Amino acid sequence: MNFKELILQKLNGEFPGINFDADEYRGDLRIKFDKKYIVQVCKFLKGTPELNFNMCEDVTAIDWAKKKDRFTMVYQIFSLPNKLRLCLKADVDESDCAIDSVTSVWKSANWAERETYDMYGIKFNNHPDLRRMYMPEEFEYYPLRKDFPLMGIPGSLTLPKK
Amino acid sequence: MQKLTKEGVYPKIIEALLKDSDITIEDALENEMILNMGPQHPATHGVLRVLLRLDGETVVAAVPELGYLHRGYEKLAENMTFYEFIPHTDRLDYLAPMANNVAWVLAVEKLMGIEAPPRAQYIRMMITELARIASHLLATGALAMDVGALTVFLWTLREREKILDIWDILCGARFTNSYTRIGGVANDIQPAALAKVKWFIEQFDENLEECERLLNTNRIFIDRLEGVGVISAEDAIDIGLTGPSLRGSGVEFDLRRITPYLFYNDIDFKVVTYPEGDSLARYFVRIDEARESIKIIKQVLDKMPQGDILLNSPKKVLPKKTEIFTRMEELIQDFMLVNFGINPPKGDIYHAVENPKGELGFYLVSNGKVEGSQWEGLKGELGFYSVNHGEGHPWKCKIRSPSFVNLQSLPQLVKGHMISDVVAIIGSLDPVMGEADK
Repeated sequence: MNFKELILQKLNGEFPGINFDADEYRGDLRIKFDKKYIVQVCKFLKGTPELNFNMCEDVTAIDWAKKKDRFTMVYQIFSLPNKLRLCLKADVDESDCAIDSVTSVWKSANWAERETYDMYGIKFNNHPDLRRMYMPEEFEYYPLRKDFPLMGIPGSLTLPKK
Repeated sequence: MQKLTKEGVYPKIIEALLKDSDITIEDALENEMILNMGPQHPATHGVLRVLLRLDGETVVAAVPELGYLHRGYEKLAENMTFYEFIPHTDRLDYLAPMANNVAWVLAVEKLMGIEAPPRAQYIRMMITELARIASHLLATGALAMDVGALTVFLWTLREREKILDIWDILCGARFTNSYTRIGGVANDIQPAALAKVKWFIEQFDENLEECERLLNTNRIFIDRLEGVGVISAEDAIDIGLTGPSLRGSGVEFDLRRITPYLFYNDIDFKVVTYPEGDSLARYFVRIDEARESIKIIKQVLDKMPQGDILLNSPKKVLPKKTEIFTRMEELIQDFMLVNFGINPPKGDIYHAVENPKGELGFYLVSNGKVEGSQWEGLKGELGFYSVNHGEGHPWKCKIRSPSFVNLQSLPQLVKGHMISDVVAIIGSLDPVMGEADK
């Protein structure tokens, strides 16, 4: 049994109630599941000695520009002892545009989640310091959403008065 | 207007200053002070702003503020073809543009499912390692300059200049190279460039040693860095450090070894680690890595095979320039690729490489080719048109830049140190704001 099968077996054994949707593309394993369980699953993946996913490399989101499940959260995590990268995904709907923060599991998710909030407007519950990363604090829009035009929105940044 | 007399000036200013604040003159030195460092500060290596809370000269807490160089590259990438983005990768980590070029084309090639010919891959390895040396030289020089040793900067820049000369011959640009292409590289190495590389690796060791002697025997330099900004291996992994900063904490994490790409599997080199985890260890890692890079380039030059430098795969890879001018099919192919871009199959990939600063990863999503009937379903659901629906463009491009994540450790590293150590710690982390702010 290779390591990728072991991950799925462990996950299914620990969380029988969660539907793990796994696929492999160009050699990378990706697992998709409900956003409610994100912190539990991440804690399990980090804490289990055989798996030991101790690095969170990246957190980001995709805007699919559709009504249902508009965003997909994407986490890239790495297991140093096993030398394997795993991609976790969870759909986030626009009507409930929030997901639990994984900062309690990996500290490195802190800024990555702030950036995702800044760019996509997805709120992270229990995040220690959820401020905008790049844009000014009073900026109202989320630039990487597909409905934000490339040229920007006139008047969105305060300019000097005439 | 009331005229201020000579006697009246001083108390009136004090009075105005104290009006709306809780500072009292008696215990001015007892108070904590907020100091704003940057964004225009020579030692922050770009437009990094750090807010420091000070107790006397000791840093109690620090908050880095980013975004002064935010150009929205991820948004721009969604609106241009994969080819068009290559020059933009130069502007990410502008101290090692070649390494970024290689990282980008490797990610796109993974998304397309193609692989460059062996000779092109060996050329890519060579330029990545040269870029690593150039970046580490500048990092070392700048770090030494930050802590007051001005001479070394000139010496390391002299060495870096030789690498820029190689770029000049190789691709016609010294700084923003854009040398790689999807499926290969722009042109084969000229004999003059190859001769210059050989000459460079011959004389480099001696010159590096010269720089090193100047620093390692310098009492002030060692004292300024030793035991400053210590981070343990567990903390470093948890906060997401990569590259020399992580290996300076004794973690053997090098993507060239752990998830091999190009032909790093066939190359014999050592992953340099130092267990101390302080600023001095990070400096030692960089110097030793430059030496390892020389070792890699020597092997690459020995093993480099002859052959094509660009994959022959119409509809995916640009044809050769000479054929565009003489043949009809190639002309059409070139026209289509330049105007409409390539269409990788629907899917998403993450590809990361070991850059001089750490792990540079690209997360790319492609929506595939949109057929005529599918257009109707795509448009209008949210009441707006998205550019091309990802056809020929990345639907999403996320840049996982090492400097951004490494900077996250700054508050942890500077806590409890003096203000002057903040400068040394930023220098030892070696952030480049071009990629931290994207």
